[in-house]
Amino acid sequence: MTDTKTTLSNDLSTEQRTPLLKRLTGANTLWIGLVLLVLVAVFGAIRPDAIFQVTTLQFLLAETAVLLVLSVGMTFVIITSGIDLSVGSVLVFASVSSAMAMNAVSGGDATNAGWGVIAFGLLVAVVSGAVWGLLNGLLISRAKIPALIVTLGSFGAAQGAALLLNNGSNVSGIPDRLNRTFGSGTWFGIPNIVIVAAVVTALGALLLTTTRFGRYTYAVGSNEEAARRVGVSVRGHLTKVYLLAGTLAGLAGFMGNAFFRVAVVTGHETDNLNAIAAVVLGGTSIFGGMGSVLGTVFGVFIPAVLEKGLVIIGVKEFWQPIAVAIVLVAAVWLDQTRRRARNQR
Amino acid sequence: MSEPLLEARDLVKHYGTVEALRGASFSAYPGEVVSLIGDNGAGKSTLVKCLSGVEQPTSGTLLFDGKPLTLSSPNDARDRGIETVFQDLAVAPDLDPAANMYLGREILKPGVLGWLGVLDKKKMRRQAAEHFSRFGATLQSIDVPIAALSGGQRQSVAVARSVAWASKLVFMDEPTAALGVVQRERVLEVIKRVRDEGIAVVLISHNMPEVLSVSDRVEVLRLGRRVARFQAADTTVEELVGAMTGALSHEDVA
Repeated sequence: MTDTKTTLSNDLSTEQRTPLLKRLTGANTLWIGLVLLVLVAVFGAIRPDAIFQVTTLQFLLAETAVLLVLSVGMTFVIITSGIDLSVGSVLVFASVSSAMAMNAVSGGDATNAGWGVIAFGLLVAVVSGAVWGLLNGLLISRAKIPALIVTLGSFGAAQGAALLLNNGSNVSGIPDRLNRTFGSGTWFGIPNIVIVAAVVTALGALLLTTTRFGRYTYAVGSNEEAARRVGVSVRGHLTKVYLLAGTLAGLAGFMGNAFFRVAVVTGHETDNLNAIAAVVLGGTSIFGGMGSVLGTVFGVFIPAVLEKGLVIIGVKEFWQPIAVAIVLVAAVWLDQTRRRARNQR
Repeated sequence: MSEPLLEARDLVKHYGTVEALRGASFSAYPGEVVSLIGDNGAGKSTLVKCLSGVEQPTSGTLLFDGKPLTLSSPNDARDRGIETVFQDLAVAPDLDPAANMYLGREILKPGVLGWLGVLDKKKMRRQAAEHFSRFGATLQSIDVPIAALSGGQRQSVAVARSVAWASKLVFMDEPTAALGVVQRERVLEVIKRVRDEGIAVVLISHNMPEVLSVSDRVEVLRLGRRVARFQAADTTVEELVGAMTGALSHEDVA
């Protein structure tokens, strides 16, 4: 008896973990990252002068920052096997209400407003995003209405509400100070808005990979019933995930205000689809249970790099959506085949 | 044997107009393997659901350690050291075995990190590996998704998980259904080992030789009622089948 026990504990000391290299090559993320790298290398080889220019890169990053923040929230939602079509509209709503709130507390025009007003604007943006997210979450988890329908509803409703707020026109009067620091400001050549997006992304990645919240996100997406039976509050968790997506959309709206110096009511109709495409491109499974924030980062940059690159090398930019579509469908097909192969044992 | 650990008296469960249980009784004693058998539709699964808090009986009483008990959720049962291996396994296929074992019971890092909800993955992996090897679940690696394991390995993970947390009683709803010969033996080994640690095991199975080889007692359900109780040592497959089909009856017959 003692003999068997010692052999058992010996087995355990050599922890049964897959080697790091194997774990890396087995992950979708690595391959998606390579695709991005190859794209950059190909465009860079064709036009090194234009691609590796500081302003080109700065612009590329800054333009992508807002979408990245939306996509981080979308990653959590899709891992729970849900979907959020409302992010773009919620972004518009948050951006309009935040701009109007800043104007209102500065007597009609916030252009010269100080940090207090800006902080208030940030709060309004984040809270209005959070309210839409909470509404989505409650309808999905408590009323059991499919996420597709709930967020299709709030996609329309948030856009409509944003138009109602200012009678359908853009809101100007964004504080100069906000635009100078967070819109066009840079830190060692990196646009500040990109740093904000990077911090949000890093926090999102940590939340997903290291915390209980992240693990429940995977568990709910992988097998809701199993999660429920072990005592995970599935309803509460889903509510929180949509709340997170809404809050991040609110923050993205505020970042848009800072970058464009105006709260625009149009031009975000396809943000939801872009965010979903980025998340899925990044290897997150549309069926839930699998995915990563790092993959989403790659997934956000692949379409952006394609668009910029095609323009620079002189291919009509209309090819970009076609190229993205091909990569997207291929990514889902790959995911499905992998899953089927894995589940067949 | 003294006092039953868990006892059900005259449980009735209606689903709409369907009567799944019509006054079923059941008892499990500490440190025994008791099999619950019956034909399809006899009410085994419903009874287990009522006893593990997944469903609430329409009427009837539950006694735990001799005291009345109400189970309003699976957590209620779990808090009392009652675990269940469900027939459909209910594991999260994308999570690895360690994550599945600790799902809902995650170990957090000490200090500020733990307060932030940061998991102590290393500790969970180590303890899970220790536990799996103790209960005979041989896994090549502890960090691949459950879906990448074979059906038998998945089953052993589900069994090992419940056994890990049960301090009083484990329900196992057909734990050997999808298993090969070797793995089946191993699960039966685990059942005996759990019993020897003083935990009651309630086994639901359709495999009569298996029931007789591993159980101490057998209780038979038929049409939503308990119709017979046997000491496993004194009975035969023929007798069990007779009780299940109604050819023989011993008790509770109206």
